[in-house]
Amino acid sequence: MEKFEKVHGVAAPMPLINIDTDMIIPKVHLKTIKRSGLGVVLFDEMRYHDHGGENEEFVLNKPAYRNTEILVAGDNFGCGSSREHAPWAIKDFGIKVVISTSFADIFFNNCFKNGILPIVVEEEHHAVLMEDAHKGENARMTVHLEDQTITTSDGVEIAFDIDPHRKHCLLNGLDDIGLTMEKDHHIDKFEEHASQARPWV
Amino acid sequence: MSPKTLYDKIWDAHVAHEAEDGTSLLYIDRHLVHEVTSPQAFEGLRMAGRKVRAPEKTIAVPDHNVPTTADRVNGIENPESRIQVEALDKNAKDFGIHYYPVHDVRQGIVHIVGPEQGWTLPGMTVVCGDSHTATHGAFGALAHGIGTSEVEHVLATQTLIQKKSKNMKVEITGKLQPGVTAKDITLAVIGETGTAGGTGYVIEYCGEAIRNLSMEGRMTVCNMAIEGGARAGLIAPDETTFEYVKGRPHAPKGAQWEAAMEWWKTLYTDEGAHFDKVVTIRGEDIAPVVTWGTSPEDVLPITASVPNPDDFEGGKVDAARRSLEYMGLEAGQKLSDVEIDTVFIGSCTNGRIEDLRAAAEILKGKKIKDGMRAMVVPGSGLVRLQAEEEGLADIFKEAGFEWRLAGCSMCLAMNPDQLQPGERCAATSNRNFEGRQGRGGRTHLLSPAMAAAAAITGRLTDVRELM
Repeated sequence: MEKFEKVHGVAAPMPLINIDTDMIIPKVHLKTIKRSGLGVVLFDEMRYHDHGGENEEFVLNKPAYRNTEILVAGDNFGCGSSREHAPWAIKDFGIKVVISTSFADIFFNNCFKNGILPIVVEEEHHAVLMEDAHKGENARMTVHLEDQTITTSDGVEIAFDIDPHRKHCLLNGLDDIGLTMEKDHHIDKFEEHASQARPWV
Repeated sequence: MSPKTLYDKIWDAHVAHEAEDGTSLLYIDRHLVHEVTSPQAFEGLRMAGRKVRAPEKTIAVPDHNVPTTADRVNGIENPESRIQVEALDKNAKDFGIHYYPVHDVRQGIVHIVGPEQGWTLPGMTVVCGDSHTATHGAFGALAHGIGTSEVEHVLATQTLIQKKSKNMKVEITGKLQPGVTAKDITLAVIGETGTAGGTGYVIEYCGEAIRNLSMEGRMTVCNMAIEGGARAGLIAPDETTFEYVKGRPHAPKGAQWEAAMEWWKTLYTDEGAHFDKVVTIRGEDIAPVVTWGTSPEDVLPITASVPNPDDFEGGKVDAARRSLEYMGLEAGQKLSDVEIDTVFIGSCTNGRIEDLRAAAEILKGKKIKDGMRAMVVPGSGLVRLQAEEEGLADIFKEAGFEWRLAGCSMCLAMNPDQLQPGERCAATSNRNFEGRQGRGGRTHLLSPAMAAAAAITGRLTDVRELM
């Protein structure tokens, strides 16, 4: 996985709460057997008209937000299905950071597996960031993972929390499976014990 | 020793390694796999030259994509769906995992097949690349959905990297009123807590009303724990659980059964154990409910009216306004006046035999409204067979329902069973999101009995009027 360091880019506002994974990527696009190429259908039903063609009102279709790298979203972002196609589409579009007041659990986990940084902030900070995101292309936000800070286009600095293990993995682009396999002997030992304690499993 | 919750006990029994910061390797007892979220994971294994660590604990079944019409014996017409199902056929064979292919009578929705075949047992850890894995919590198993990267992680290592969630208790006291079902309980809870109310928690459902539910009702309740934002929902196993499990093909037998029972009987929350959050609802206060909006938290009793968005607070005002526009509803309109054109009975929430019995009970000797499109999609081939033996299939067919083969079907509309823009469906499934059942389609979630009532009258209906 690519190493995550710092993002300095356009932030787009999506204040709607409860944006679910069906909105992020509808099921018609889950029939792929690959991970790539889903950026074009990110937010498909909001982004395109029923009869085809782009919906100009949708934020990511506006000229100022076509190169969005940071999404400032409403509460409970990513609720619903476990489909990892949601973060795959976000990543493929070019978005590297999603900021909200809360995320659904599975979506939150899935982001880290794909080098996307989901950041939870307090409501008051969220309001500041949402306002900054509304400023468009010339107002770039900076997210610094090592320092755990978000800096608005006006230079307001907001600190955020992140699990140290996840931070370490993102910063170093580490592959979870490889890491776990280094602990193989623990798993062997557990299996040996469990086969005695719960042989019916 | 300090008192433990049921979640604490199952968690502790499955930690293979714990780092100083609490990041744990949680051992997985059962890994369920379906065709949509697994192809990239198997591909990842192949590319890295890895194998499935515990194929004997890995069970696969195609469900999301499969057509539910009789002509599916001739193969799947949609090329992309066909490729996904064929990929699962091949992956199951290549990696040597248990498999129920499309033509097997035991095929069905993965969360119905697992319990039915006795793969799901009390005290287990169960995962699947599907959020409704929460269903298996009904057995007192720690069960939750995972993404495809985690599917690959479990295939390769039989573990997940996890941090422990907090404990939440949802108690449903007392008895339910006539016409009120497990589906009404689980929707009422989400109506109370909101779709983010369970975020960061594992919920244990308890109380008299939960104890009195059958295993199938308990599965309905736990199935929608994810809609409340929780990682998992749990119900402590009891005689009802053991009775259900006993004799199933993959349940332990003989001395192993006795040994298992000894442990299973310790799986309850100790007196005085700590919960970080507690929600209590009186069973008597729960009415038959329906959803009016595009989030499962948009729940009201069928006797209520569509709410006014201005009566909400914060971000919910805009969300509710958007929902009403999408749903084509007006504030103040009586829910029981809302006309529907489609009825869907099925899904991992409500596609089991008791669900079909409850719907058939209402439909017996009646016809669905003229022009109504109504379908029953049994949760598995075995549920379908049993419903035919019990005469339920005839009741549905005589009433005017289509009697389909097993699969996820119109719950997520990945197969040809979809709503057209503007169509309005009374559905026993679990999500009413925009476009969930088909682009522009409108979904009202409710119980199987309520769905049957709506099919007869052509509008959302209080089932108690037909009882």
